[in-house]
Amino acid sequence: MTTRSPFRCRAALLAGTVSSALLLAACSGPSTGSPAPAPRAADSLTGTVTVLAAASLTEVFGDLAARFEKLHPSVTITESFGGSSALAAQIVQGAPADLFATANEATMKTVTDAGLADGTPRVFATNVLTLVVPPSNPAGITALSDLAEPDVKVALCDTTVPCGSAALALLAAEKLTVTPVTLETDVKAVLTKVELDEVDAGLVYATDARTAGSKISQIAVPDAAHLINRYPIVALSGSTNQAAAHAFEQFILSSTGRAALKNAGFGTP
Amino acid sequence: MGPRAVARRRPAVIVWVIAGLALALLVLPVLGLLLSAPWPALPALLVAPETLQALGLSVLTGLVSTALCLVLGIPLAVVLARSVAWPVVPRRVLRAAVTTPLVLPPVVGGLALLLLLGRNGVLGRYLAAVGITIPFTTGAVVIAQTFVAMPFLVFAVEGALRGADRRVERAAASLGASPLRVFRTVTIPLVAPGIAAGAVLCFARALGEFGATITFAGSYPGVTRTLPIASYLASQTDLDQSIALALVLLVVSVAVLLGLRDRWLPGVRG
Repeated sequence: MTTRSPFRCRAALLAGTVSSALLLAACSGPSTGSPAPAPRAADSLTGTVTVLAAASLTEVFGDLAARFEKLHPSVTITESFGGSSALAAQIVQGAPADLFATANEATMKTVTDAGLADGTPRVFATNVLTLVVPPSNPAGITALSDLAEPDVKVALCDTTVPCGSAALALLAAEKLTVTPVTLETDVKAVLTKVELDEVDAGLVYATDARTAGSKISQIAVPDAAHLINRYPIVALSGSTNQAAAHAFEQFILSSTGRAALKNAGFGTP
Repeated sequence: MGPRAVARRRPAVIVWVIAGLALALLVLPVLGLLLSAPWPALPALLVAPETLQALGLSVLTGLVSTALCLVLGIPLAVVLARSVAWPVVPRRVLRAAVTTPLVLPPVVGGLALLLLLGRNGVLGRYLAAVGITIPFTTGAVVIAQTFVAMPFLVFAVEGALRGADRRVERAAASLGASPLRVFRTVTIPLVAPGIAAGAVLCFARALGEFGATITFAGSYPGVTRTLPIASYLASQTDLDQSIALALVLLVVSVAVLLGLRDRWLPGVRG
């Protein structure tokens, strides 16, 4: 698999300890001494929701899943992150999943064309590319055009994944010919190569640059703002837990979800 | 059941049944690959420039890695075979060190190589200072493959050494041959089948290497994108192309195995 695709699985710890009777009691008032955050209403959602999502969503979806589980203690969200096209291929091959979020609309089309979507995908976030270099900036890069220099080691995503097709479009728009040293399978792998100072520069999403913090330096690419990646999400028709899958989808599309995405550096449609 | 009983009696029916299941597990996935292969489109896919480029790179790096494994691995196997006479601690440490790449997830091995030989790595920073950078080169592919494949060769040769009649070596030495001459003219021919078996396993493992390569060497067409990496990338967008690449890998591996005589195959003593 990809070099970084954490398979997160959070046990709904509260589920075992808080009985439905206690839940009802918690709704009517603080009659027990339990400090646990109580759900807003008695809630019929249970079971596991398996989410396959683009690597660039790793942090923000992890955070949103934890918050959703607090609201719905009987639901466990299991997330698997990777290159959007690899995940799309997994779904087409029959991977059991409930919800799918990609980094562009082209990869989503693979799944909708195969008739595996339950409803129409909805765009919930946007992202732009940015140029990142190691903090020491060994190649002295100051602008995107420096990537075309012959001695500069550049890591990009492979064109089969959204960040790669976006990078190709950006470089073409700038009329730059860049020979990368490696074409990685997802955006996090590009970021890792830059963080380890093994390459001089990489093109990643603005949100990944923000997550990496001081482990990288960011160089503004003003024209990247014109090339926007739109992130669609859809529930899958093969889902065995439709109710909870739709609820988590709605949660991501809600004002809470939008705020979290905005906070992580995503644009919102 | 003792080993003698196994040798003399036919195995029980249950053994046949389980052996059949095991074989099914090994063979059916390959059969699935063959059945879903896009046969009509295959010739065009097989001669596609990307396929030939990845095949060429894989065969080249696989052969160089196997040669490196032989040069470095045979002496290591000799030392490992001798280590039975050592105190328990160094003996076990040596064996564990040789086994580690077998049990380490390849991606972790690749990361370890990057942290050692990367331009900021423990050794790599000194190499970078004199202008040598290893990651993202074909050399990095060879190093990654040698790292994961070497144990196969070492254990095959060590097994042969332990099974061999070492008295011949002592006889040669008593007749005045130098240690190097004994090694060259007696030891090596004595364990030749073990060496061949080890080399086959080594080449097959190098050919299939994916995780350590993509982590340490990256993925760039013609430089570091070997057949397994090309097949993986293709599987994300073009399954037919991916299966075609997988078939090439399969054909090369099976051809190597079939091309060798029975007694040179791993596990067979002629």
